Amino acid sequence: MEMNQPIGRTPLDDRPDGLVGKPLDRVEGPLKVTGHAPYAYETKALKNPAYGYIVPATVAAGTIQAIDAEAARRAPGTILVLTHENVPEQGEKKEQVWPQLQGKEIKFYGQPVAFVVAETFEQARAAAMLVKVRYDAAKPKALLKDNMAVAYEPKPVNSPPDSKLGDFDAAFSAAPVKLDVEYTTPPQIHAQMEPHATIASWEGDGVVLHTSNQMPNRGQKALGSVLKLAPEKVRIVSPYIGGGFGSKLQVQPEATLAILASKVIRRPVKVAMTRQQEFHVATHRTDTIQRIRLGADKDGKLSAIGHESWSDTAEGDGFFETSANVTRSLYAAQNRVTRHRLVNLNMPIASSMRAPGEAVGQLAFECAMDELAEHLKIDPIELRVRNEPTEDPEKKVPFSTRQLVPCMREGARLFGWDKRQAAGSRREGNWLVGMGMSAAARLNPLMPSSAKVRLGPDGVLVVRMAMTDPGTGTYTILTQIAGEMLGLPPNRVRVEMGDTDFPFAAGSGGSFGAGSAGSALYVACDNLRQALLKAGDLNPEGATFRDGAVTSGNRTESLTDLAKNGLEASGEIKPGEMKEKFSQYSYGAHFAEIGVDADTGEIRLRRMLGVFTGGRILNAKTARSQAIGGMTFGIGAALMEDAVVDSRYSFFVNHDMAEYHVPVHADVPVIEAVFLPELDDKANPLKSKGLGELGICGAGAALANAIYNATGIRIREYPMTLDKVLKGFEDQEGQAQRRT
Amino acid sequence: MKAFTYERPATVQDAAKLAAERPNAKFIAGGTNLLDLMKLQIETPATLIDVNRLPLDKVEATQEGGLRIGALVRNSDLAADPRVRKDYAVLAKALLAGASGQLRNKATTAGNLLQRTRCYYFYDTAMPCNKREPGSGCSAIGGFNRIMAVLGTSDACIATNPSDMNVAMRALDATVETVDPAGQARRIPIADFHRLPGDTPQIETDLRKGEIITAVTLPKPVAGQHIYRKVRDRASYAFATVSVAAVIAGAEGGKPTTARLAFGGLAHKPWRVAEAEEALMRTGSADAAADAVLKGARGYGANDFKIPLTRRTLRAVMAQAIRA
Repeated sequence: MEMNQPIGRTPLDDRPDGLVGKPLDRVEGPLKVTGHAPYAYETKALKNPAYGYIVPATVAAGTIQAIDAEAARRAPGTILVLTHENVPEQGEKKEQVWPQLQGKEIKFYGQPVAFVVAETFEQARAAAMLVKVRYDAAKPKALLKDNMAVAYEPKPVNSPPDSKLGDFDAAFSAAPVKLDVEYTTPPQIHAQMEPHATIASWEGDGVVLHTSNQMPNRGQKALGSVLKLAPEKVRIVSPYIGGGFGSKLQVQPEATLAILASKVIRRPVKVAMTRQQEFHVATHRTDTIQRIRLGADKDGKLSAIGHESWSDTAEGDGFFETSANVTRSLYAAQNRVTRHRLVNLNMPIASSMRAPGEAVGQLAFECAMDELAEHLKIDPIELRVRNEPTEDPEKKVPFSTRQLVPCMREGARLFGWDKRQAAGSRREGNWLVGMGMSAAARLNPLMPSSAKVRLGPDGVLVVRMAMTDPGTGTYTILTQIAGEMLGLPPNRVRVEMGDTDFPFAAGSGGSFGAGSAGSALYVACDNLRQALLKAGDLNPEGATFRDGAVTSGNRTESLTDLAKNGLEASGEIKPGEMKEKFSQYSYGAHFAEIGVDADTGEIRLRRMLGVFTGGRILNAKTARSQAIGGMTFGIGAALMEDAVVDSRYSFFVNHDMAEYHVPVHADVPVIEAVFLPELDDKANPLKSKGLGELGICGAGAALANAIYNATGIRIREYPMTLDKVLKGFEDQEGQAQRRT
Repeated sequence: MKAFTYERPATVQDAAKLAAERPNAKFIAGGTNLLDLMKLQIETPATLIDVNRLPLDKVEATQEGGLRIGALVRNSDLAADPRVRKDYAVLAKALLAGASGQLRNKATTAGNLLQRTRCYYFYDTAMPCNKREPGSGCSAIGGFNRIMAVLGTSDACIATNPSDMNVAMRALDATVETVDPAGQARRIPIADFHRLPGDTPQIETDLRKGEIITAVTLPKPVAGQHIYRKVRDRASYAFATVSVAAVIAGAEGGKPTTARLAFGGLAHKPWRVAEAEEALMRTGSADAAADAVLKGARGYGANDFKIPLTRRTLRAVMAQAIRA
């Protein structure tokens, strides 16, 4: 199926009480909590593995002078030490998957320079510590702000780096009210629970990897390029993933190194990154510097919107943070400009992290909107309502659905937004209390996917596709879709995923997983319905599938009888004209109440609410988990997450979970997510939209705006830590003193 | 992790002897800090002496009316002890402000005393660090030093002692009891137990080779408000930016009759200044006390905020003492 027109009425519309949408528990949950869901590092599928350990570069720029690996080679249990001197030949870099141990040049701190393989993990790690690397170190290019002069226009990724409409400069300079502010966001780490881990083995002239990867089909192609193999010679198996958040969209160095080592020693090799290595060897989210200019009239109607963003990545890489992309669509204004610039530094490779672009773009832009509202003494929701576009302001096409205003209104009602007071005026004991809000928007893409379904004589429907479940609930929603389409209970559906031997699927990323894979499965199930009807010679008109049987007219046949020898069907989904004819986003509104300690500047979230629309909700429980998980990321982004660069060494100083803070339970008190009813018949046959990233979009800005409302202090440098609040307190106290 | 020999001596005396005889030996109790450091090869003991089964896990009343806390009493148990909660509440509060439930279940009293700094550069063997590798230099000076010390620093080291328990122990005038390999017992006042970095930041305590901690004793309870105020970047599971352990009595009258103030997050050891306590009792002014505490304080850039934060936190503690 190609998504060229609205889908019309579907079987999923027939059953308001159907499986789809129900808060079904995760079908693989019992396996996971009892330790029966083997993750990559634990799989017993490949026998007698050796253990690898990565030796990362401890300088950020320069060349390797010499590697002394003798002691490591002689250490107990060592099987192999791979360096640039003995690494097997490799092909071309593809996307962000780089050939490993190539030459002497060091591009960034943490670049693997050796790979030690031994009989046990402890032996491999101990031997790795014995590898002595001497460097000719060069002074690294470390900080974005120090290297803005060499920023350049990056190559487009999905969309052009720049956009323009009308005459921004003229409109901005003529605007009665102007805002021109700079916000910065720091580098962030995915901090997924399961580190990158792979066990690799060569079988004949191909290689099989049990790994933790969100997009196996993409990884297959990239590894094919790096290994000079046809993609089908690379089999990626990734049934269980302990979180990815984008860091597992691509194959990371541990996998490539395991493959290369396995080729040399002709034995399976397994490796996991340490938590410390996750910060440098794996990818991270780049820091950004964002300039936002808003021109408005006295009523807050925007005439000019400017959003420029600078980001950085490793030397030789082209990834840039598309911070301003969402700004192209979010609010109306006749004159607009967005611009992205990139700087290459001696820093580790930057890549996608949950809602790349939107997440940090809205951290900045939604605060700028709050600043404008405060300046104009207009309620922040009202300001946004006044700038609500009737069509996509840059693409000039209608929105498929857009319920931003209802989300804000309903959120305001549920949260008690009318109780919000003037900035710096509400105090409870020692706490300065404030409320903030933010809009949320995230692009809704549909990606090609396919699925195969087979109804066996045992009455169980087996679904197969190279889709993944990085903890999001994919197994469960696919079970629900297939179950409802065929009228089968969940225990008669078995979803098998995460294997490139299965039909091609989009994988999990960019909020497209559920919609894309779910749609392919929908089509496959629809085809199976036709096959079943045909097998039973039943009239398709008005046929209904429920309770393991199909009824048409006055005939009812059990599916097991119709599929006596098994029946199979395939399905495929492709994006089509709907993608161009309609602007497709999921929307929401965040509300946060913050307390700031009047003495210490400590910031504590008191409660948070998100109201969202994402088309049809496929599972109320996993959807809520996605939403509050994203919101929790927003709490981290606003208040604590900060991978700090030491410019002397160009590395992330705080590279462990003790000092790179993410929110703990105590930081996440009352948090709730609400979904407004919606069906989007332009998005996909399920009428659903992506939810995996919507929750993070704008979330942190709601907290930042609440900090302002609590204290009257506007911080423009994320994260908003107590030292920055203290500085604001001191400024306020200094001003008060000068007045008296 | 480097290979090591594991020993489990039966008596305290044997443990001390082993530690003296074996080169590069370490005691292991809860292991909540040591094992992490060994994995990173920041600690590379040749012998691990497991003291977990030694009979040092009791909390007992002393004849002087105080408490004797065995070296192996776990942080969770100590914090839950009714006598500690009633008479030494600042200690219970400090313990519960530290780490996580899981860690406190393993971590011991003696181990907590010996907890090593969380300095980022100490934790990275690729970086110069005088504490880890004497003479290699201090990366924190001139680097990112948000969590570093502002008092008692030296050109060799600006690391802090990260423990919460130690701060309360300092406010309570605890005494560390030890036994040496010859069987000789020693009592070390907590004030003298931890050292400032000076030129030898690798030497963190007054302990001698082979000397083993057997207990920590607390003198008679001090009446007053027991307050532990820990200022941190997230609501739980974070080391203190600044912390104050205080016992204050009579604050409601304006000038306290008792004032004990110890500070965490500021220095290489729990920080306590007699003049500050005298100033508080004499004037009732938190600012006067803060002036005395912060005498000689210097920031290194990213940690400058700790100086005003200490003052503000002390004001908050004083206000709390008055309210209570």
